[in-house]
Amino acid sequence: MIAYIIRRLIYAIPIIAGVNIIIFFLFFYVNSPDDMARKILGEKNITQEAIENWKKEHNYHFPLFINNQEKGISIISQTIFFKKSIGLFWFDFGKSDRNNIDIAYQIKRRIKPSLLIAIPTFILGIMVEIIFAMFLAYFRRTYLDYSGVILCVTMMSISALFYIIGGQYIFGKVLKLFPISGYDTGIQALKFVSLPVIIGIIAAIGGNVRFDRTIFLEEINKDYIRTARSKGLPEEIVLFKHCLKNALIPILTTVVMTIPFLFMGSLLMESFFAIPGLGSFTIDAIQAQDFAIVRSMVYLGSVLYIAGLILTDISYTIVDPRIRFE
Amino acid sequence: MIRILPTDIFIFILAASGFTFLLLARRREYWRSAWQQVRSNPIAMLSLFVISIYAGIALLDSIHFEDKKTGTTLSLLDLTVVPLRQHVEKTYSAPFATHQYTKESIEVPNGKTVRIYPRLKYAATHLKQNDSKSRDIIIRITKGLIQGGISAIILTVIMLGIYDLFTKIFSGNAPDRSGRKRPSKKTVSNILKIAFAITIPLAILIHLAPYYHIFGTDKVGSDVFYRSIKSIRTGLVIGSVTTLIVIPFAIFFGVIAGYFGGIIDDIIQYIYSTLASIPSVLLIVSFMLLIELGESTGDTAWRADRRLLSLCIIMGITSWTGLCRLIRGETLKLRELEYVNAALSFGVSRLKILSRHIVPNLMHIVLISFILRFSGLVLAEAVLAYIGIGVDPSMESWGNMINTARLELAREPVVWWNLIAAFFFMFGLVLPANLFGDALRDALDPRLKT
Repeated sequence: MIAYIIRRLIYAIPIIAGVNIIIFFLFFYVNSPDDMARKILGEKNITQEAIENWKKEHNYHFPLFINNQEKGISIISQTIFFKKSIGLFWFDFGKSDRNNIDIAYQIKRRIKPSLLIAIPTFILGIMVEIIFAMFLAYFRRTYLDYSGVILCVTMMSISALFYIIGGQYIFGKVLKLFPISGYDTGIQALKFVSLPVIIGIIAAIGGNVRFDRTIFLEEINKDYIRTARSKGLPEEIVLFKHCLKNALIPILTTVVMTIPFLFMGSLLMESFFAIPGLGSFTIDAIQAQDFAIVRSMVYLGSVLYIAGLILTDISYTIVDPRIRFE
Repeated sequence: MIRILPTDIFIFILAASGFTFLLLARRREYWRSAWQQVRSNPIAMLSLFVISIYAGIALLDSIHFEDKKTGTTLSLLDLTVVPLRQHVEKTYSAPFATHQYTKESIEVPNGKTVRIYPRLKYAATHLKQNDSKSRDIIIRITKGLIQGGISAIILTVIMLGIYDLFTKIFSGNAPDRSGRKRPSKKTVSNILKIAFAITIPLAILIHLAPYYHIFGTDKVGSDVFYRSIKSIRTGLVIGSVTTLIVIPFAIFFGVIAGYFGGIIDDIIQYIYSTLASIPSVLLIVSFMLLIELGESTGDTAWRADRRLLSLCIIMGITSWTGLCRLIRGETLKLRELEYVNAALSFGVSRLKILSRHIVPNLMHIVLISFILRFSGLVLAEAVLAYIGIGVDPSMESWGNMINTARLELAREPVVWWNLIAAFFFMFGLVLPANLFGDALRDALDPRLKT
């Protein structure tokens, strides 16, 4: 098991390196730091001198790959690639372009509110979806089932933005059940976090319930279920014990797919509900065109995604002993 | 003077390739039987009908003319709905309202100024002071119903006439002329249904839309209904052109990875798993931020359209990986099948095996993912608009409408019609797309259930 985990981690290294290189090409090669400086300084007739000054301040004045003016190891180390991209490997994000904020410190501070939204949405979401899907599977081929499926398709045809705007308007503004937006530390956070979590679950429920239902129905037609039924086991036990266990494997596969969307979901959620997490940090940076922050967040997002993939692979092996650690 | 914008070209390529595909697919038994199955599903056919209406509007909106006098670029759609485009009020007004939504200081004849809700310039101008508005609306709707019904029947008669003419032409030299097929009862009722579904809403709109703002007006006073139908093109371009651009690459890389295997497979797998590791929103964001850095040239319409195209390309780059993986997997499976082995042992060249035996058998996957991704992309456009990296703010899109509506919900009194209009138009496209995609997938490949 440990050997398997280590091997999985080693496989991740070239992917992370690839992500880093893509980010480098996008942010430094396709567009030079000069362009960035012009955008940040924001003036039409800006002098070359001002651009050079800005680049010097933010360590963008080095050559891209090879610094011919230096000697020894500095030929490589005194370059943008080394200063800006290699550091990402050990999460050295540097300072932001606009206000010289320490990005790593911000991330550390903001990761908790983000997780407070993302994890409950994720776990409660899976639970709710499986319960609904099993409910539909239990009443399969009845009108209840069909209308449930129609409801699912309808719900997945509505943009997440409508759920957020509508939910905020109805629960926050009209019914006043939850505060409209904001955040607080400690137990008070619960008050602010619950509405985004509920909306997050509702927004994702349609597509996932429909998918889980298909998996359950596929599983229900298999031989071992027939055996269990012919042994005289009640339908409830068959469904909740035998079927659920085996259906979890394909369901877990899609859980991976939702991890990057989780990031996107909290991107919107945090920005709408003014929660000081990573998502709102990213959106603010995008709107302020702070390239250093966006670059860091792209890298962090990818690393989180890869970590999610590895976690899922590991959880496969726990759920399904048939999967060997090849 | 016809003017061709960048995305127009792609829309016409899409229309042309769709048409060629239909012609080719008609000859294959596999596609014909799938079509039979889809056709027997009323929900799928209704969805297809709604989608075609959207597509028709988008096509109308894709033929652009340059208006020399004002120097603006107009589309065929703009020319058909002139009253909607030109009825611009001062600011917000509610759906079917006769008066503005906000108070304004107005000078009355005796020199004083009063704060009242001013009368709208273009809505319900035909009504006298004490005419009932709701009565007028009901009369107009009834008129529309009656005229729509009559024209539906006329249209059906014309269609049947054309049908008859065609059968006459095609069976003209047939020995058995008396055995010419008369249209069956089912065909007649189907044509009648479609005719009703087109003419009645159209007639009602013709009677209502020029006289009222049926979805109200937005902040700068332009008609929300007009903006919504203009957004159809944007949504359809994002949903379809994105995948259209991606398909050749995904097929090429997927097929060579799956067929040749080995180091080629490893490299392609590495590239797409790396690209897939970057959360797509963030990848789109970084591309869009960098594109904004580039100098922009041309007039507003040109710039907005180029931005739309680059958004499509970028969303394509971030989303080809899924299709590529599917195609690779299917190619791996096809490679081992008997008929491919048989072709190989007959000495058929690899290129020919790929083009004759493998790629045509992947087409159902391409078509299914094209339709299933469509709705996701239309929804994604709204999210991107909210983040501020969507289509140009000057371009009508549902995303931009929702984005502005967000602030309008916070003001007092609430302006809700922008949001509702965007919701209905978007929902009206995405729901049929989902339903039709499901039906098509079930018909083509039941194993591919999502």
